[in-house]
Amino acid sequence: MLTLSHYLTLGALLFAIAVIGIFLNRRNIIVLLMAIELMLLAVNMNFIAFSHYMGDAAGQVFVFFILTVAAAEAAIGLAILMALFRNLSTVNVEDLDSLKG
Amino acid sequence: MNIAMPNLLPVLPEIFVLAMACVILLVDLGVKQNRFIAYALTQMTLLFAAWLTLSDFHSQVEFTFSHMFVADALSDTLKLMTYVAVSVTLVYGRAYNGLRGLYRGEFFVLALFAMLGMMVMISANHFLVLYLGLELMSLALYAMVAMRRDSPQATEAAMKYFILGALASGLLLYGMSLIYGATGSLYNNEVALAVMQGVESKALLSMGLVFVVAGLAFKLGAAPFHMWVPDVYHGAPTAVTLFLGTAPKLAAFAFVMRLLIEGLQGLVADWQGMLVVLSVVSMLVGNLTAIAQTNLKRMLAYSTISHMGFMLLGILSGALSGYGASMFYMVTYVLMTLGAFGMILLLSRRGFEAEHLNDFKGLNQRSPWHAFLMLLVMFSLAGVPPTVGFYAKLAVLQAALQAGFVGLVVVAVLLSVVGAFYYLRIVKLMYFDEPLDQNPIKAEADMQLLLSANGLGILLLGIMPQPLMALCIYSIQHSL
Repeated sequence: MLTLSHYLTLGALLFAIAVIGIFLNRRNIIVLLMAIELMLLAVNMNFIAFSHYMGDAAGQVFVFFILTVAAAEAAIGLAILMALFRNLSTVNVEDLDSLKG
Repeated sequence: MNIAMPNLLPVLPEIFVLAMACVILLVDLGVKQNRFIAYALTQMTLLFAAWLTLSDFHSQVEFTFSHMFVADALSDTLKLMTYVAVSVTLVYGRAYNGLRGLYRGEFFVLALFAMLGMMVMISANHFLVLYLGLELMSLALYAMVAMRRDSPQATEAAMKYFILGALASGLLLYGMSLIYGATGSLYNNEVALAVMQGVESKALLSMGLVFVVAGLAFKLGAAPFHMWVPDVYHGAPTAVTLFLGTAPKLAAFAFVMRLLIEGLQGLVADWQGMLVVLSVVSMLVGNLTAIAQTNLKRMLAYSTISHMGFMLLGILSGALSGYGASMFYMVTYVLMTLGAFGMILLLSRRGFEAEHLNDFKGLNQRSPWHAFLMLLVMFSLAGVPPTVGFYAKLAVLQAALQAGFVGLVVVAVLLSVVGAFYYLRIVKLMYFDEPLDQNPIKAEADMQLLLSANGLGILLLGIMPQPLMALCIYSIQHSL
């Protein structure tokens, strides 16, 4: 039988993978964007699990909004990525080093 | 199914700003040649929104949208200050943007949408509303930073801002989901109630708190979550840096008040310790790293980090007077930032950014009045007595002292002495060095006037801080 803690563990795992993905990834900005999406999905998993086990619909409504915002966020992120690629001709994280000090 | 119409009166300023942002977008499409129309419409929107907020000033707490949205003295005061900050930002940035191809309708529309997000955050009484306001603000700000598409620095700054901003939102949301699980509600006041009555799983709640505080620290730009601040301040066009260094700080303060103090007041013992760490690390990192900077925008970014550390001193006191002191600190900090970046914008001209410390050399010989204004701003940032920065620091230090954080106060005072070094270095450059740059300083009359008022306001508030302090305390007392 699946209990709440199973879902929470899954959420925590996804979240950890996303955070590790953001900090360890040194190669590709697109992977960073994927990690961010994964992070939001981990949050969604938490919300839905709590919402289901508490019998309260508010958490599920929250998830709809997170999904919508995530779509808007991805659109802006990819737009910035396009502008960046035109300027630097690279999507390598390590090449983002002109700002230092 | 029966849906009652919500009371729209408390949300009237928000509705108006939203409608006007759409109108300006359309008007700008029709009138391609004359950008002044979009600019004037934006300023009129701010003015009218201020009138709407003032005419319906709430001394009592009022809820609408089934308690999701709150209008109280705190929200109205902070909104008024947000309008002022945005309006001044647009005046300062007009000439600068005009010379760099940023004086476009989109800039004003994005600024208004960002401001709408701040207003929603300021008035949120529900986690979802807080989150939506935050994202509306952040998404508009990411786009503003990236608006100079041909500049590698600006796009790089936008990318870094975007990634770390999204990470912060993720942390915040994760924390919110855990708090939701622990307390069973998303409303600030119901969460507060559940925390007071005690929850089943304290571990879940504490975990949630940790994530929420981390997310807030990111948004505030407090160390050790400050990595984005210097890069974004440095890389963004100065007019945008000015925008994102001022009004969003007021919204971030409101965010802390709504979430940490209205929602999680019952956990004060838990978050106090976290804020102490954030505060000390911020002051340490901010002040020490700022010394090594040669770029003024970058230096001011590190100075922001240290100022956020100071602001947290008032909040971590956990007392109403402390919150009032923090609000005072934030408002005056915004005033000083406006002055400092306004001065960079003033000295910049076509193809030249006055962002290096050397660009301020001998300013006194070029223009004694502007050197004097910059002197006031720098004195205030350093906390030298006749200016308002001194009083702001004093107030938060007093609050922390009353709460019994003696060691913390000693550290803060010592670090502010360290901080005085790099502010006073600019004063030295302005008054005792020979100018490298002999170009005359030219600016529109409105900017000159406003910058002078800005500088003198810092002095005047330093001499008479009581009215503003009273307003801050009043807003806090009538809202919590």
